[in-house]
Amino acid sequence: MLELKKVTWSAPEGTAVLRGIDLTIPDNKLVVITGPNGGGKTTLAKLIAGLEKPESGSILLDGQDITGLDITERAKLGVSYAFQQPVRFKGLTVSDLLELAAGRKLSEQAACGYLFKVGLCAKDYINREVNATLSGGEIKRIELATVLARHTRLSIFDEPEAGIDLWSFNNLIDVFKELQRSLNGSMIIISHQERILSIADEIVVISEGKITADGAADEVMPQLLGGDMSCEKCPKIEIQYYGGDN
Amino acid sequence: MNEITRELLKAVSDYHDGYADAYNIREDGCCVGRKSTENIKIDTKEDNPGLVIHIKPGTKGERVSIPACVTHGNVDDIVYNDFYVGEGADVLIIAGCGVHVETGEPARHNGIHRFFLEKGSHVVYQEKHVGRGRGLGIKSIDPVTEIYLGENSCLEMDSLQLGGVDRTLRKTSAVAEKGAKLIIRERILTDGDQQAKTEFDVEMNGEGSSVNLISRSVARGNSYQQYRSRIVGNAPCAGHSECDAIIADNGRVDAAPELTANDGDAALIHEAAIGKIAGEQIVKLRTLGLSEEEAEAKIVAGFLK
Ligand SMILES: Nc1ncnc2c1ncn2[C@@H]1O[C@H](COP(=O)(O)OP(=O)(O)OP(=O)(O)O)[C@@H](O)[C@H]1O
Ligand SMILES: [Mg+2]
Repeated sequence: MLELKKVTWSAPEGTAVLRGIDLTIPDNKLVVITGPNGGGKTTLAKLIAGLEKPESGSILLDGQDITGLDITERAKLGVSYAFQQPVRFKGLTVSDLLELAAGRKLSEQAACGYLFKVGLCAKDYINREVNATLSGGEIKRIELATVLARHTRLSIFDEPEAGIDLWSFNNLIDVFKELQRSLNGSMIIISHQERILSIADEIVVISEGKITADGAADEVMPQLLGGDMSCEKCPKIEIQYYGGDN
Repeated sequence: MNEITRELLKAVSDYHDGYADAYNIREDGCCVGRKSTENIKIDTKEDNPGLVIHIKPGTKGERVSIPACVTHGNVDDIVYNDFYVGEGADVLIIAGCGVHVETGEPARHNGIHRFFLEKGSHVVYQEKHVGRGRGLGIKSIDPVTEIYLGENSCLEMDSLQLGGVDRTLRKTSAVAEKGAKLIIRERILTDGDQQAKTEFDVEMNGEGSSVNLISRSVARGNSYQQYRSRIVGNAPCAGHSECDAIIADNGRVDAAPELTANDGDAALIHEAAIGKIAGEQIVKLRTLGLSEEEAEAKIVAGFLK
């Protein structure tokens, strides 16, 4: 179980980004975090993985306070994080990265298995450098594969569907379902995608740095579809699309 | 051949208690072993210390190893090796160099290699340099490489210097005729007070010729590296150079590429980047469970692979 207690975080220049997050992520449930752009979802994921330290509040994993632990220590406790914006490396190959993720030498078969799961044909990619020549969708899939290779206690995926084509999307859904079955732990997916929301056990909505809804998927889903996310300063006019037949 | 040479040979070349194909071993300025084969003939050079190597036209899949070792201080070895690669030949040439010093005296190896590639030939040229020993004597390796690429020939040069050499001045020049192709991959790591300077000078004279020059380097400690490249296109041709350097500690790198197009259809590109390891790369590897130091080591090792 992962618990966040009264967690706050402000950007270096002072803007309050997370404004008191109380959240419990139970084991063996798929929790999907959603909400408007800029609401604070990625920031929350970074706080859990240790990329950022909370200003106040605490983070507990299985009852252990991990607030003071650094990125490496949390990774060793089983926190895995697939970045929204994957990092590129000049020189490291896909198989290097998968082996670092798995923490051991991988047989070609094993390495290819992870790539296959994320819809990449292994022989085209296994020796490729994880550099700027990979397309957005390709690097995103490799990022997902590193987290699958780790297969740890807590996996966080930050918008895993971004850049992934529609055809592969169905397979991706299956990968998450399978991971949830095989993983004895917690899984968080940050997503805007209805299809991903539809496989959630629980949905958490974060907006303007606060949790505005949190509960069983079938309870939160209806609120989501009807909600108004604009503030009093946003113009209250409907966007007109020209040229279409709407 | 002494024991130090044997160890150096293992580090810089494909030595496994001997060589399977043609070879010549140079130890402190003397030849301590040579073998020619039917297709690859190694002779002593007449006018200067060194070798003349003839590779018969059409030779395929063979290799020739010509390592040079300096095993103690107070040696200043200079050698001139010429390679004549016959039409349509396809060979691997391995020219490693190791310098070992246990005393305070300096040691230097200066290898001047000339390659003459006939029409349609293909050469993979590997060059690995190491410095060894506990002596404070300055270890220098100063290679000069001159490449003449005949019509539709291709040379791929892989050079690697991953530590131990105190001073290095590398000069590589090439002339490419019609359809000829040159690929150079250079990797240099310096640490402590080491200095490495590398200079490339490539002239593309023939239509459809190309060069791809990729240099990656890491400068740590108080070390210093200098990169100079001059690529000239005198015909419709394609030139690309890339200089990527990682600096750490107080390492310094200075890079100056030069491109000259003397033909309206010469396409020349240079890319250069110098900087510390990107923080986000370290962060990513730490999320996989590596410590900061482990992450840096992996990133550098991958970069210089
Ligand atoms: N280092 C930073 N400096 C300044 N502002 C920041 C910083 N990090 C985050 N923010 C701001 O915090 C807010 C939340 O960002 P975050 O990336 O967490 O949003 P998100 O919910 O993941 O959005 P999206 O759905 O677009 O991915 C944004 O307004 C963002 O601009
Ligand atoms: Mg985000």
